Amino acid sequence: MADITLTVDGKKLTVPAGTLLIEACKGAGIEVPFFCYYPNLSLQGACRMCLVEIEKMPKLQTACTTLVAEGMVVTTESDKVKQARKSMLELLLANHPLDCPVCDAGGECELQDMTFKYGAAESKFMDLKNHRDEQQWSPVVYFDRPRCILCYRCIRVCGEGMDVWSLGIQNRGPSSIIAPNKEDHLECEECGMCIDICPVGALTSGAYRYKTRPWEMKHVGTVCTHCGDGCKTTLGVRRADTGMQIVRGDNRDKSGINGEFLCIKGRYAFDFAHHPERLPQPLVKREGKLVPTTWEQAFDLIAKKFQDALTSDGPTSIGVIGSNHTSNEENYLLQKFARLVLGTNNIDHHRTADFPAFASALAGKQNTTASMRDVFSAPAVLLIGNDPTEQHPLLAWQIRSDVRLHRAKLYVVNSSAIKLHRQATSFAQIVSGSEGNFVQFLAGNDKAADSVVSPNLTREALTTLRDALKNESGLVIIFGSELRGADVKALVDFGLAQGAKFICLGDYANSRGAADMGLYPDMLPGYAPVLTATRYHEEWLDEIPPIPGMNLLQMMDAAKNGKLKALYVVGSNPIARNNIDPFALSKSFVIVQDMFLTETASIADVVLPVANAYEKSGTYTNTSGDVQMLKKAGEFAGVRNDFECIVRIAARMGYDVHKLVPFGGAGTRADMGQTRGAQSGESDRHAVWLASHNLEPKMSPYDPTAMLDEIQRLVPGYDISRLNLLAGQDVHSQLVQITGATGMGDPALIMPANDSLFTSGTLGKFSDTLNTVYERYSPPHDLEMAADYDPQVRMGG
Amino acid sequence: MKFSDQLEQRFATMVTHYPTKRSVLVPMLLYIQDELGSLTEEAIHEIAQRVELSDLEVRNVISYYSMLRTRAVGKYNFQICTNVSCLLRGAEDIFEQCKKKLGVGNKQTTSDGLFYLEEVECIGACSWAPAMMMNYEFVENLTAAKIDELIEGLKKKEQQ
Amino acid sequence: MAYLVSHPDEVKVVSKRFGKGATSLDRYLELDGYKALQKALTMQPDAIINEVKASNLRGRGGAGFPTGMKWSFVPKQSPKPKYVLCNGDESEPGTCKDRLIFEHDPHSVIEGVMIAALAVGAKTGYIYLRGEYRYLVQIMEKAVADAYARGFIGKNIFGSGVDLDIFVHSGAGAYEVGEESALMESLEGKRGIPRIRPPFPAVVGLWGGPTVINNAESLASVPHIILGGGEWFAKLGTPKNGGTRLFCMSGELERPGVYELPMGYNLKKMIYDVAGGMVKGKKLKGVVPGGSSVQIITPDEIDVAMDFDSLPKVGSMLGSGGVIVIDDHTCLVKFALRVTQFYQHESCGWCIPCREGTDWMKKTLVRMHSGGGVAKDIDNLKYLAENMLGRTFCPLGDAAAMPIISYVQKFRSEFEDHLNGKPCPYEKAAQPVMV
Repeated sequence: MADITLTVDGKKLTVPAGTLLIEACKGAGIEVPFFCYYPNLSLQGACRMCLVEIEKMPKLQTACTTLVAEGMVVTTESDKVKQARKSMLELLLANHPLDCPVCDAGGECELQDMTFKYGAAESKFMDLKNHRDEQQWSPVVYFDRPRCILCYRCIRVCGEGMDVWSLGIQNRGPSSIIAPNKEDHLECEECGMCIDICPVGALTSGAYRYKTRPWEMKHVGTVCTHCGDGCKTTLGVRRADTGMQIVRGDNRDKSGINGEFLCIKGRYAFDFAHHPERLPQPLVKREGKLVPTTWEQAFDLIAKKFQDALTSDGPTSIGVIGSNHTSNEENYLLQKFARLVLGTNNIDHHRTADFPAFASALAGKQNTTASMRDVFSAPAVLLIGNDPTEQHPLLAWQIRSDVRLHRAKLYVVNSSAIKLHRQATSFAQIVSGSEGNFVQFLAGNDKAADSVVSPNLTREALTTLRDALKNESGLVIIFGSELRGADVKALVDFGLAQGAKFICLGDYANSRGAADMGLYPDMLPGYAPVLTATRYHEEWLDEIPPIPGMNLLQMMDAAKNGKLKALYVVGSNPIARNNIDPFALSKSFVIVQDMFLTETASIADVVLPVANAYEKSGTYTNTSGDVQMLKKAGEFAGVRNDFECIVRIAARMGYDVHKLVPFGGAGTRADMGQTRGAQSGESDRHAVWLASHNLEPKMSPYDPTAMLDEIQRLVPGYDISRLNLLAGQDVHSQLVQITGATGMGDPALIMPANDSLFTSGTLGKFSDTLNTVYERYSPPHDLEMAADYDPQVRMGG
Repeated sequence: MKFSDQLEQRFATMVTHYPTKRSVLVPMLLYIQDELGSLTEEAIHEIAQRVELSDLEVRNVISYYSMLRTRAVGKYNFQICTNVSCLLRGAEDIFEQCKKKLGVGNKQTTSDGLFYLEEVECIGACSWAPAMMMNYEFVENLTAAKIDELIEGLKKKEQQ
Repeated sequence: MAYLVSHPDEVKVVSKRFGKGATSLDRYLELDGYKALQKALTMQPDAIINEVKASNLRGRGGAGFPTGMKWSFVPKQSPKPKYVLCNGDESEPGTCKDRLIFEHDPHSVIEGVMIAALAVGAKTGYIYLRGEYRYLVQIMEKAVADAYARGFIGKNIFGSGVDLDIFVHSGAGAYEVGEESALMESLEGKRGIPRIRPPFPAVVGLWGGPTVINNAESLASVPHIILGGGEWFAKLGTPKNGGTRLFCMSGELERPGVYELPMGYNLKKMIYDVAGGMVKGKKLKGVVPGGSSVQIITPDEIDVAMDFDSLPKVGSMLGSGGVIVIDDHTCLVKFALRVTQFYQHESCGWCIPCREGTDWMKKTLVRMHSGGGVAKDIDNLKYLAENMLGRTFCPLGDAAAMPIISYVQKFRSEFEDHLNGKPCPYEKAAQPVMV
C-alpha cells in the first residue's frame, strides 16, 4: 500500500496507508496510552485513554480507531489530552477497589502504571463503591468484578484468539459484567489467556493468586516442557526451603515463538516440579525395597553393574532408553555414552513420529521444513491427521491466527471433525486410518481414493481438493503420526514439487530432539546410519559399534529372556507407556533416572532423582525443528541433572570424560554455575554475565554448552546462530539427511502419546492443576470403566 | 423445549425477513417471554440452537434489554414511569400509592402472584403524564383514585 | 391510547390524518395515501433526494442532520444490499410524538420508508419500534400486511417493476438503541452497543450494506414533501429549518399534548398560548426544550424561536421536540437526579466516561438530595460532566453531561440549598428516588 505522511507532535511520520494512528505513534516512539486496544484483536474504542487531538476535528479522537490520513496533524500531549486521560483514570478509579496491596496484579497492573503516569493525585470520589463478591469460575480462573475495567480484552482473546467464546458481557451500564459461559462457571480450554491479557487484577489464576508479590519473584523465560510446540514460558521463581520454587508461569515475555500464546500446560502445569512425591535422594533396592542411599554409593553401584555386565555378557547385554523430555545435550551425551562407554547401539526412546522417514524424504533438500513462526504467515496450510487444538495448542493458535489475520487458506484432512475444521477453507473428513491412502491419492494414485471416500466425502471433492492444493504456493504441510514410512515420502514428494514446507508432528517437548540426537539403535545423531562411516567416527576417538542395536521392544524381549543384564532408563517410563509386564525386567539390573517413582522406577534397582527441564540449561528442539535454550528457573534440593549423572557414571567406569564432553582447555576446571542457573550465588553471576555477553563458559564436564559445541559441529542442521540462541530466541534448524538412506526407523514402533489439552504423560500425572481440570471435564459418570479402574493409568507414560 | 404453534409460525416467518438468523433474536425473545412469563433455561437453549448462537451469547443479549427477564413476575405487570415528565406531574405519589395498595416494593410481586410493581423509565406518554403500563397497555393521566380503581377491578376479575 | 389536542396555530402536515381513521388502508387512500409513493416511482432517485434537500427537512430524532444530505451519502453502486431503517425506538424522556404517528397514520411511515428506499436504491426497509410500543407493533404489522395485500409493497409495486419489502421489528427495552449504530446492532440481534464510526451507516450499515436510518417523524414527513414539493415544506418553517414539527408539551401545563407547529415557533407562546400556560398555583421555573438530553433554559430565556439554530443562542438545543416545562414546586436537584438516573440506567456501559460518569453523578446527586452534599460536590458534578462531554463513545454520554452542566450553571443556588445536611427545601420529604 502507498505510504502516508502525517505529523504527530511536530514529528513527520511516514507509514503505510491503513495503519492505525496508535500504531503509527508507537512506531515513532510516541506513547499513546490504552486499555482496550490490543494488537491483532478487534477494535473497541471503549476505554477512551488514547484520545488525541487531530487538527480540524472539534472533538478528541481515539487513536486506536483512527486510520492515518495524508497531512493529518496530531497532538498527543496537549493540556486537553492530558486532562482527558486524567479524568478517564479518575472515572475508572471511582468504582475500582484500591486493594492494590493485596491484589495479584499489584506491581504489574496497567491501571496502576497509568495512574502513576497520567493520573490524578487527588481522589474526588466520596460515595460507596459498587461491589460484587469474587467468583471462582474454574480451577484456574477467578473473577473479581470490582477490579474489572471492562476493556473486553478477555472476551476477545477467548473468542477471536482461542475460538473458544466462553466469555461474554452481560447487563449494561455500570452493572455490565464479564460473564462465563455456564452462568456461574466456565467450561473452556482453561488456557488462562484471559488472565494473562487482563490489564488489572480482575482475572486471576488459581495457581498463583495471593501467593506472592511480583517483585519478590525472579522471572525466567524458558521453554515449556510439555508438548512438542516449544512455547516460551516465563517462570516466576521464589526462594523456598527446597530451593527456588516456581510459583507462576505466564507469558510476560512475548518475544517467544508463541507470541501471545500459552496453553494451560505452559501456564500452570509447572507444579509437577514441586509435587510432594518428588524424589529428593537416590534410592537403591535392598531386600526388594527401594531405600535411600547416597549419590556416591549409587554411582559406584551402577558403574560396577555396568562393568560386570560388560565383562560377563559383553556390550550387547546392556540397553539404554532415552527421553523425550531431556535436553538435546543430554540426549546426545546419552547415545554417545551408550556407544562409546558401554559400546552398544542398544539405545532407543519412545517414538511418537516418523522423523527418520521424514528426514530421509527430505534428503539433501535445504529450507524445506517450516518453523512454528512460518505457520503464522503461511498463505496456505494443509493439515493431515492430528488434532492440534488438543495436542499442539500453539500450532492450533498459529493456524487460527493465520486464518483470522492473514486470511490464509486452511485445508484440513482428518478422520474426525477436529476443532480446527471451523477455520478450514476446506475440510475433508476421510475414513479413519486412510490418511496414507489420501496421501497416495495426492501423489497421483487415483485408486488410493477408494478407501478414503465416505458418505462425508465424495471422490469429486477429493479431486477438487487435490487440484486446489496443487495451485497453492507457499503451502505449509503439517502431518501427524498417522503418516509414516512411504506415506511420508509420498507426501513430501507431492509438496516439494510445488515448493511446500513441512512440519512433522511429534508429541513431547523434545521428541524431535531425541530423534535428531540419535536415540536410535540404527542411527547416529542426524539420522546417520551406524553402518556408514561418518564424521562421528572421525571425531569420536573410540569405535562406534558396527552393528545396529536392539530397539525398545527388542530390548524388552531380551530382558524377558534374561539376555539383557542391565537397562539404563533415562527420563522414560516404558512399563506404563509400552504396556510392559514389570516382571519382564526382573532379571535385569534396572537403573532409572526420573523425578518420580514411575511404574518403571518403582521396579528399578537404582533410582537417581533428577532435575526437570525447568531446573537446568541446555537446548530443546520443538517438533518443527526450532531450537531454543532452556534457562534454569526452579530448583529442587537433592536432585542432579541427567547430564551430570551420565558423566559421573562414565567417570566411575574409568572413562575419560574429556572424550565424552569437550569441555574447557588446559587448567580450567571450574563450574561457573551455568548448570545451576541465576539464583545460586556468586559464581553464577559471572556465568550470567558471560551469557549476557554471548560468551560461553564451557569450563566444566557438566556444561551442556560444551556438548552443544560438538552437536553444532557434527549434527547437520544444528549449525545455527549461537548468538540468537543465547539471547533466548528460537532458531530454526534444518532437518537434513546426509546419506539419503531409507528404510530405517521402524514405523511400527511409533506410538502417539494421545495426550489431550489436559494431560501430559508422566508430568501431567504429577500436576495437580492438570489433574483437577482433567477430572472436572471428565466426570466419572461419563466414563465407562471397570471396577478396578485407576484414574491415573490414563496418564501413565 | 417445543415452541407453541404461534411462536413456531412467528419464527418461521421472521427468519425470512433478515439475511442472518440471529436478527430475529430480540423480538423473538420478547414473544417467547410473553408466552412463558420469563425466559427459562430451556427457552434460552432452544432459541440459541435455532439462531445458531451459544447460550452465553443469548444471555448476553437478554441481559442488555430491560424488558427481557429470566425470572417470572406477577400476572399484571405495573410499570410506573417516574421519569421527568411524569415526575413533574406527581409520579412519585402514584408509585407510592401502588406500593401501599399492593403492599410490595419496587421490582416485587405480590404474594398471590397477581401483581408485579416496577418503576420504569420514560414510556412515551409524557404529554399524558403521569402514566404507567400494565403489561402492554398504556394507562395515562393517572391519579391515586385511578390506581385504586384499576387494582380493585383486576382483583375482582381474578376472583370471578 | 394517546389523546389528541388541537390549537389554531397548528399547521397540520404530519398530523393531518390524526384522528381520521387512517389506520385503515382505504381511509388512508382517501386521504391522499400512497400518492407520493406513486409519484416517487416516476422520479429519478436524485430528483427525490433533491426534493428532500430542498425541503430543509432536518432529522426529527434530535440531531437535526439534514435528511436529504444523509440520503445522498449512500453510494449509488454497492456490492451489498442497501437498506432503509426507520427509527421508531422513541425513548427520549419528554418525547411521545412518533407514538402518535404510528397510532394514527401508520401508512405514512411505510410510504416514507419506501420513498427513501427508492431514493437510495434499497430493496428492503425495516421499521424498528421500541418494545414497549407493542400495540403499535400490531398496528404497523397490520398496515404492512394490508399494503402487501394490495401490492403496494412486495414485488413489482404499482406495476413499476420495483421490488420492495418492508418488515416491522420490535425492540425490547433500551434507550441506547435509539442511537443509529446501536439500532442496527439491535436489529441484527445483538446487544445495543454503538459501532465505531467511521464507517457511517450510509456506507457500512446493516449486515455491512449501506443503510439510511431516519426517525419516524422525518420519514412520515417525506410523502408530504414529495407531494407538496420541497420548497413548499421549507417555507413552512424558518431558513434552514424546513417544515413543521410535532412538539410534545409536558409538565404542569393546562393543556399538555402534542402540537404540530411550524419550525421556529416561539417557545413562550407555545407554553402560555398553545399549551394554556402553567396550571393554577404553579409558576414556571425552567424549560427543557428538546427532551431530557438538552440543556435547561430559564424563564427569561424562553422568548426564543424553536428551531435547530435559535435555541443554541440561549444555550440549549431543539433535540427531539419534547418540551418539558418545569414548575416551581419541583426541586431541580431531584430533577437532575432523575435525569442522571435515567442515563445511568440506560448507558450501555461500553465506554468508561459514560459508564462511570453517570454512575458517579447519580451517587453524588442521591447523596445531595438526601442532605449529604458538601460544597465541592457541586463543582465536582460539573467537572464530571465536562470531562464526559465530547469524549464518550457515542452521544449518550453528551446527553447525560450537557443537562447537568446547564443545571449547575443556571440553578447553582438550588444545589447550594441542599448542602450540609439541609433537607430539600422544595419538598415535604426528601427521599432518594429509584436507588
